[in-house]
Amino acid sequence: MSNAAVSALNGATVQGFARVEEMGLQGMITLRGDLASAKVKNAVKEATGQDVPALRSLNTGDKGAVAWMSPDELLIMVDYAGVTDTLALIEAALSGEHFLAVNVSDARAMFRVSGSAAGVRETLAKLCPVDMTPGAFEPGMFRRTRMAQIPAAIWMPDAETVQIVCFRSVAEYTFNLLRDAVAEGGEVGLFS
Amino acid sequence: MLILDCPCCGVRGEETEFHSGGEAHLKRFGPGSSDDDFHGYLFEKVNPKGVHFERWRHVNGCGKWFHAARCTMTLEVFGTYSAQTLEPPQEIKDKITAKRPGWSWREFS
Ligand SMILES: [Zn+2]
Repeated sequence: MSNAAVSALNGATVQGFARVEEMGLQGMITLRGDLASAKVKNAVKEATGQDVPALRSLNTGDKGAVAWMSPDELLIMVDYAGVTDTLALIEAALSGEHFLAVNVSDARAMFRVSGSAAGVRETLAKLCPVDMTPGAFEPGMFRRTRMAQIPAAIWMPDAETVQIVCFRSVAEYTFNLLRDAVAEGGEVGLFS
Repeated sequence: MLILDCPCCGVRGEETEFHSGGEAHLKRFGPGSSDDDFHGYLFEKVNPKGVHFERWRHVNGCGKWFHAARCTMTLEVFGTYSAQTLEPPQEIKDKITAKRPGWSWREFS
């Protein structure tokens, strides 16, 4: 018997007018605390190489990414294999501080929607009450919202890609939503 | 459809991204209070036609609670403000007065 971890949908993909992929295992850490404190800023820097992101934005680099979740919460994204070490690093950097850091990697699922700029924007616009118009939503922004009936967070790594984080328990629901939203023949042409 | 501005994360979102938390600025009466006070706290909510103050939570967003002042008849939102206050800020009261002169709601006007 193997104990190897698998992601919710084991990398399922579907191709429509845009491509949907479940991204496999992703290291994710929820960090709560005073985002203005020097210790938190330092811990985030050590864990990801990035500064604490501004309101509703995310900072990304080679070492990892950090996203603004709420006035007292960040989502730290690193390699799945390195998440335990990163968590230990954060806990050491924040000793004495009032904070919470939890490995949520196996409680989340991550998806990528890629294709044409107009296609990926339209896919998300079908499912979320978010203005996906170019200019209103752009790479660098991070938005927690509702995707049909579930909570989700979305961002654009580049102009032709959207990434989504949701709870693992609703990964299949999310995949099915996205599969239907990218179905050939379902193009609305809102952004093209 | 209500459009609310979350004062905690700055999102302008539509109603389904939020969840109503009922009447705002309730004074809690718990153990040790009189039966009348406890009954009032539990059951005597106002249900006005017009200016109303409510608690809302940005449930499909930053997750934070906040306050909203709105008109129950037109769905116009006069403003949203921090949950960490016992009464509507003057700025919100002024905005309501500009649009609904002579308004009152519980002890506020
Ligand atoms: Zn919010």
